[in-house]
Amino acid sequence: MDVRAQVATVFHLDKCIGCHTCSIACKNLWTSREGAEYMWLNNVETKPGTGYPTQWEDQTKYQGGWEVKGKSLKLRLGRRLGVLSNLFFNPNLPIMDDYYEPWTYTYEHLFNAPPSSEQPTARPISKVTGKFMDIEAGPNWDDDLGGSPVYARNDPNLADLSDAERAALFRLEQLVFFYIPRICNHCLNPGCLAACPSAAIYKRAEDGIVLVNQDKCRGWRFCVSGCPYKKVYYNWMAGKSEKCILCYPRMETGQAPACFHSCVGRIRYLGVLLYDAERIEEVAKSPETEMVAAQRSLILDPKDPTVIAAARMNGINDEWIGAAKKSPVYRFVKEWALALPLHAEFRTLPTLFYVPPLLPIAASSKRGKYDLTDGEFFSSLEDSRIPIRYMARLFSCGNEEIIKTAIKKLWAVRTYMRAASVGDISDQRATSAMSELGCTPEEAREIARLTSLPRWSDRFVIPPYQREDVIQQLTSPIGHKAQVGFGSNVPVRRGP
Amino acid sequence: MIDLFLFGIFPYIALVILIGGSIWRYATKQFTFSSLSSQFLEGRLLFWGSVPWHYGIIVILIGHLIGIFIPSGVMAFNRIPLRLYILEGTALALGLLLMVGLVLLLVRRSTSPRIRRVTSTMDIVLLVALLLQVLSGIGTAVFYRWGSAWFPQTATPYLWSLATFSPKVEYVTSLPLLMQVHTANSFVLLAIFPFTRMVHMLSIPISYLWRPSQIVVWYRRQAR
Repeated sequence: MDVRAQVATVFHLDKCIGCHTCSIACKNLWTSREGAEYMWLNNVETKPGTGYPTQWEDQTKYQGGWEVKGKSLKLRLGRRLGVLSNLFFNPNLPIMDDYYEPWTYTYEHLFNAPPSSEQPTARPISKVTGKFMDIEAGPNWDDDLGGSPVYARNDPNLADLSDAERAALFRLEQLVFFYIPRICNHCLNPGCLAACPSAAIYKRAEDGIVLVNQDKCRGWRFCVSGCPYKKVYYNWMAGKSEKCILCYPRMETGQAPACFHSCVGRIRYLGVLLYDAERIEEVAKSPETEMVAAQRSLILDPKDPTVIAAARMNGINDEWIGAAKKSPVYRFVKEWALALPLHAEFRTLPTLFYVPPLLPIAASSKRGKYDLTDGEFFSSLEDSRIPIRYMARLFSCGNEEIIKTAIKKLWAVRTYMRAASVGDISDQRATSAMSELGCTPEEAREIARLTSLPRWSDRFVIPPYQREDVIQQLTSPIGHKAQVGFGSNVPVRRGP
Repeated sequence: MIDLFLFGIFPYIALVILIGGSIWRYATKQFTFSSLSSQFLEGRLLFWGSVPWHYGIIVILIGHLIGIFIPSGVMAFNRIPLRLYILEGTALALGLLLMVGLVLLLVRRSTSPRIRRVTSTMDIVLLVALLLQVLSGIGTAVFYRWGSAWFPQTATPYLWSLATFSPKVEYVTSLPLLMQVHTANSFVLLAIFPFTRMVHMLSIPISYLWRPSQIVVWYRRQAR
């Protein structure tokens, strides 16, 4: 057993209102500078939708992540010699048009325009070329199903659905969507890291944060292709790759990452997981349908004395083990089995988990009247507004049992809490829904409490970093704005 | 006098700038070491420019190195006319490939508005210098016969005379002007090397072939 610690995260999608506050907090702190305007280290996508960059989930197009070839695990990009032979032109690189061309407006024209009979307008100008441009795409171009005939219908995850199911999904009365906020997954088996020819990307051992060493990066840009989530971005001005750093300078000073702290819906949870690094490869090679369960088995119980002893052997201190015991992520992912990884079939073992959304029952139009309560409170799973198969494609590699169990449990907890607080559901129905899943009333109350009433310190169990033990020392993150990073305090300037 | 400077003194200056400049840049401005790829902004022309250029120049440079280190081998190879034709023909074809690649890259730099945004003066200087080098090489192959025989018999002893600090300028000055340009420009390229994007040649990521697939870094002293 090779125990390592990972700062892992859970996003509770039922609580996400799609306000993009997280994206703005991140943008203001990290990517509001030349060459990074188009980067959204945190972005929020509407599902069904094609996402950002367009159709990032389609690995036949971008070749991100891993695949099992024979008995070995290899990058979809190809073997190493193949990667090197594509050094001069990367055939799988998404280009700027797959994201969008960043722009601003000629605001000063509103003030300086000469007198005329026409109202002055602020025309869009490209942040790349500085020329006038027509805006054709943006980071949330398909927000709330905007332009759904073009965007939502091209969602790669809809491939498994029947034509009837797809048609039903986009019927006006039944239109349905939910949000997926995405940051770097800080994977246990990162594709970006394995694809980096210069070995500039590394995983920090203390907390598992995946970082790009800006001094070692040579701009070969295979990390962008290697990451199936497209969460490494190429700075076209500096010629370096950049990615989410999980706001480690904030975490090291006891603050939650900016996107976590600013989350309006309080959907985000952060805590330490202990896992067995020895089994990474074995788990990453699991068959698709067993992937989620295998990844869950990789996570170790921080209360198990043998795990604690092995963790200490590896230099994980008692404060971190203590934080792992209190981790909300451990409870959501392992104890309650509610939170699931996004597209685990990419085999990178992501450490960002999602509690799937319990979409409300569909309104149906009957006799010219909308009826919201077709039958009982919460109708059956089969009537769910988004087909279970779609959710399974996203969160459980197509294994419907896993996603059904998670949704049923969320459902049972709601039923139980409604019976307890509103009282319009019989206790018997509430308890039978729970006992079917082996969920005790205590557990249901805990789930409800951590879902709807958590305090800051319940949501974010940030381990003490013990800066006195580490090599890198920091000053305030604000002081480093627009610089290349910590420990390398030179202005970002493109080389000749 | 000018010959002595160009072929007897300047090579040493160029070499000092090359080595000193590269060390200085690596030590003080490592952040600027990058391929500075612009594929993200424009990919179609880059493919037709970059791929022929890079693969062509790798083969051509290896060819030059063979000429420097085993000149007798080249001479022996060329003994049979057919082999000579093949060698000359291949070199000319590669030279033309390089020219096409370079011209496309120059066109791309000057026509695409996105690419112009990331084009520095040194990028243009470099592309023009490289084009001059390629054109003078092609010119030699087209207008003069048996460049591949000249190289081991003149360039190689000249370079070895430089290496032994007893430069024999007459090896170069007796050659046609085109070859003198080719020689002098090669030292110019060496001298501007540290101040251009060419520094990415210093970080050819060959170790990728054997490095571990995962890299884990401890930022603290491990207490065991």
